[in-house]
Amino acid sequence: MIAELGFGILVIAFAVAVYSAAAAIYGGLRNQPAWAESARYGMLLTWPLITLAALSLISLLLTGHYEVEYVYNVTSNSMPTYLKITALWGGQSGSLVFWSWLMSAFASAVTLRKWDRDREFLPWVIAVSSITLAFFLGLIIFSQNPFVRIWVTPSGQQLLSMVQPAGASLAVVADGLGLNPLLRHPGMIFHPPMLYLGFVSFVIPYAFAIAALVTGRTDDRWIRITRRWTLVAWLFLSIGLFLGMRWAYDVLGWGGFWGWDAVEVAALMPWLAGTAFVHSVMIQEKRGMMKRWNMVLIILTYDLVIYGTFLTRSGVLSSVHAFAQSSIGPVFFAFIGITFGISLGLLLYRWPELKSEMQMTSVLSREALFLLNNLLFMALLVVCFWGVNFPLLSELFTGQKVTVGPPFYTSATGPLWAGLLLLMGVAPLSAWGRSTVKTLGKAIWKPFAASLVVLAAVIAAGTREVSALIGFWLVSYVILVTLYEYLRGAWARHRRAGENLLLALWRLIGRNRRRYGGYFIHLGVVLAALGVIGMQFFQTNTQGSIPVGSSLQLDGYTITYRSLAIFDTPDGRNVARAVVDVYKNGAFLAELYPRRDYYYASQQPMTIPGVRSSLGGDIYVDLVDWQPITTEGATFKIYHNPLINWLWIGGLTFVLGALIAAWPDGEKAPAPSEAPAKEAALPGKA
Amino acid sequence: MENALPGQTKTFRTGGRWKFIVGGLVILAAVAYLIISSTQANAQYFLTIDELKSRGPALLNKDVRISGAVVGDTIQYDPKTLTLSFTVANVPADNSVIDKEGGLAAVLHAAVVNPKTTRMKVVVVGQPKPDLLRNEAQAIMTGQLGNDGVFRASELLLKCPTKYQDVVPNQVKAQ
Repeated sequence: MIAELGFGILVIAFAVAVYSAAAAIYGGLRNQPAWAESARYGMLLTWPLITLAALSLISLLLTGHYEVEYVYNVTSNSMPTYLKITALWGGQSGSLVFWSWLMSAFASAVTLRKWDRDREFLPWVIAVSSITLAFFLGLIIFSQNPFVRIWVTPSGQQLLSMVQPAGASLAVVADGLGLNPLLRHPGMIFHPPMLYLGFVSFVIPYAFAIAALVTGRTDDRWIRITRRWTLVAWLFLSIGLFLGMRWAYDVLGWGGFWGWDAVEVAALMPWLAGTAFVHSVMIQEKRGMMKRWNMVLIILTYDLVIYGTFLTRSGVLSSVHAFAQSSIGPVFFAFIGITFGISLGLLLYRWPELKSEMQMTSVLSREALFLLNNLLFMALLVVCFWGVNFPLLSELFTGQKVTVGPPFYTSATGPLWAGLLLLMGVAPLSAWGRSTVKTLGKAIWKPFAASLVVLAAVIAAGTREVSALIGFWLVSYVILVTLYEYLRGAWARHRRAGENLLLALWRLIGRNRRRYGGYFIHLGVVLAALGVIGMQFFQTNTQGSIPVGSSLQLDGYTITYRSLAIFDTPDGRNVARAVVDVYKNGAFLAELYPRRDYYYASQQPMTIPGVRSSLGGDIYVDLVDWQPITTEGATFKIYHNPLINWLWIGGLTFVLGALIAAWPDGEKAPAPSEAPAKEAALPGKA
Repeated sequence: MENALPGQTKTFRTGGRWKFIVGGLVILAAVAYLIISSTQANAQYFLTIDELKSRGPALLNKDVRISGAVVGDTIQYDPKTLTLSFTVANVPADNSVIDKEGGLAAVLHAAVVNPKTTRMKVVVVGQPKPDLLRNEAQAIMTGQLGNDGVFRASELLLKCPTKYQDVVPNQVKAQ
């Protein structure tokens, strides 16, 4: 009953979305506001509809209706309530419902804004969001229906169907398989929604970009309207990526956080395009340049979002063999192809109107460095795209499937990341319009000199690996430049207004949230880079089977095996849990509990490491195997992960910076005719 | 609308332009070099077990990537030496073939059940036993085929089993 209800509502929502798209396009083409208004009401109606459908699915999940195939696959009786609810995005079809729900929520929020002077955008924004929404709803209804049930025919045959097959009756299922144990982790509970929020909110700036192209209102209005949307989208996407790394680190028991797996790369690609976009819109706002480029970037971001959703949720993932194997593959590629083609067509049509208002004059100017930043992000994107699609390309041209693994990505992206770090240390000090080696040198030499001192200290401490030294130097240089920028700004206020330094710093950030929030983000990135450098160049590991009371050594740490307990838990696990002590140079540091959980229902073991964290790094202990009765004891694999926690600290700093930059302004937004003048009066460089 | 900063000119500067073009070309060349050299250094053939066996001699002791279905009964793990060994059965790589045979789950199952499929012994050293290693899992391995016909893998990826568990549970009964 609830299954039929949920499915029926989805069908209605799909029809409404299709109607909205059609009415919006008709209203926009014929210039009939009544049709656009009708489309807007349609758009607003989809949200409550999809909410109801999602609630139907949640209620099925909560009440254990295991005859529904999706419920059977992702929940079981022993799962706690919150996991049953979050199982909404625990599988493919449910997560598409969740995606659509977020999409309609965001699209509705946009249609509720005050449109006053931007009324000509309205129909096209609705059209783009409705088409995107309709695509996903269509996908759910026609191919990925979470409400499909299991039926049994009189001859005992089992069938999957939405409607009752003739003569068949509904299956009775006592318990479900339960959510994959690997996904029962806080990082995994919040990681998909964050990623999806990021994906979905990037649709909004894209919709405005298309609206600008269609209506020919090609000034920077669309960028100003969507500035905050873009930042928020980018923030969510970034949080999603960080949570994914944390999950991989905590749960997969392999001592790493990023494996350049096709899924990860798929989620990274829209982030790369989006990050380039976040930077280059600033040049358009300030200098009226890069208009065509910004269009290209947002179109790319949108289609990479669709591509990313497809790759992460279609089950074609880790196997390069099975690239387009899922039945939804061709549909996705067709949608991406069509939207990409139409968007580019519109862009070419408006090409002459999107001419730059200014020429770039100086290679060291702020805008030129922004351009360089964009080129580097695009290069990263090309590397990722190349890596993911290389098996397909090579088969196409040579008939042989050839793959590239993580080492390809590391060696191809390493220098590009380093280049971006260097830019973070140069661009903030360069001036808009014109900058020479002399003016730039004058601004840079102090932090540069200080960073050389840090470099000398790192060498003195015994580091000899050249790539690592370059990395450490870049990190210290960017941190120093960024702090120098804060200090200089605060000092100027202090001198001018007589505020004390802290207050000056506070007000400085408050008045230029976007800029100083941005620097905060840069700080987060370099701190995270510190963690990556530590893992990349200094991670060590050891392993061994030892009896109780014996120890393993690693980098001056001693890990002693104390005891082992094996027990069953009420939620259907068999747990083997070891107790180990960690000593550093003889001094006791911590007691750790690496364990192995075996989930009876899904017959899946799960390795949970014991981790001792400090700012210097983690000692990460996996329980590999055990012989409880013999004296052989247990086998451990131990990793020493230097500096890893700076990755998480960097992530938090990053998020904080993005919040500062995206925080709504207290005062009313200035009319756009005044805004550029006001901002131009604040030259980029203090 | 955009205000020019003092000293800003809108005039065309030939001197500035070629600097940008040269700079752009240098970056393009550098990126192309990065991609090409990294690809050359890290490219691996991706083969089925059948293909590897038939082309065996040419690829002996060269890094390749293979995929196959794990035969559950053959999984052995020696925790003392962290040595894992198991046998994989050939699965087709062609998507249309996989689709025709009822999807990946069915193909993996058929490969393990049918004793006639080509099989190969795989040895992995130095890793904990992966949580996802089980009967009829899809294993994707990077490594080398030795003269003894054993594939020594340095990397082992297993496809998440929830994706292809039996669609219809055994415990189902008619009402």
